[in-house]
Amino acid sequence: MDMVLAVLSWSCLLGGAIFLLIGALGVLRFPDFYTRLHAVSVCDTLGAGLVLAGLMLQGGFSLVTVKLLLMFYFMMFTGPTAVHALAQAAMQGKLQAVVDEHEPE
Amino acid sequence: MFIAVSSVILIAIAVGLVRAIRGPSLYDRVLAANMIGTLTVLMVAILGFMTGRPEFLDIALVYVLISFVSTLAVLRVHNPGAGTTASSVKGSGEQ
Repeated sequence: MDMVLAVLSWSCLLGGAIFLLIGALGVLRFPDFYTRLHAVSVCDTLGAGLVLAGLMLQGGFSLVTVKLLLMFYFMMFTGPTAVHALAQAAMQGKLQAVVDEHEPE
Repeated sequence: MFIAVSSVILIAIAVGLVRAIRGPSLYDRVLAANMIGTLTVLMVAILGFMTGRPEFLDIALVYVLISFVSTLAVLRVHNPGAGTTASSVKGSGEQ
């Protein structure tokens, strides 16, 4: 039984790590601010969520898992809210979005 | 296994730093700070698991909230009324 749990938690951890990398790559390579917002929120919610899920499986039924659940819960709320506030502040700060990547439609 | 995930997190933090340094506008830097904050939370949680000390999770839990509040605080300093319904009303808080 614990072999299944170990395999499950490691696959969750690896999946989370892969999504963190994808999010990080997105933050680096995307052309303008609003697209990078998407990359960060992917990285924050999904990557962190999977890593925390993997740690929860490692923790088993204990106080550790309760704390991890709380962290997961807060991250699911605060991640998108922060990104939304950022986008609204950027819009208010007249930040122009790169609309056409110089390819004529 | 934890070593692999923590090295990935370190790489993501380095990428966040690059974006923070290179980011053209202020909002890119706030974005990078928010991302590095979340990654630090994960790093602290994983370090707690690696060294077998569950107290680290309290630090990570508190830091999730602090990084969120600090992102909003920086935005509020730069754009008064950012992220509140007051600012979405036309004409309020225009720079």
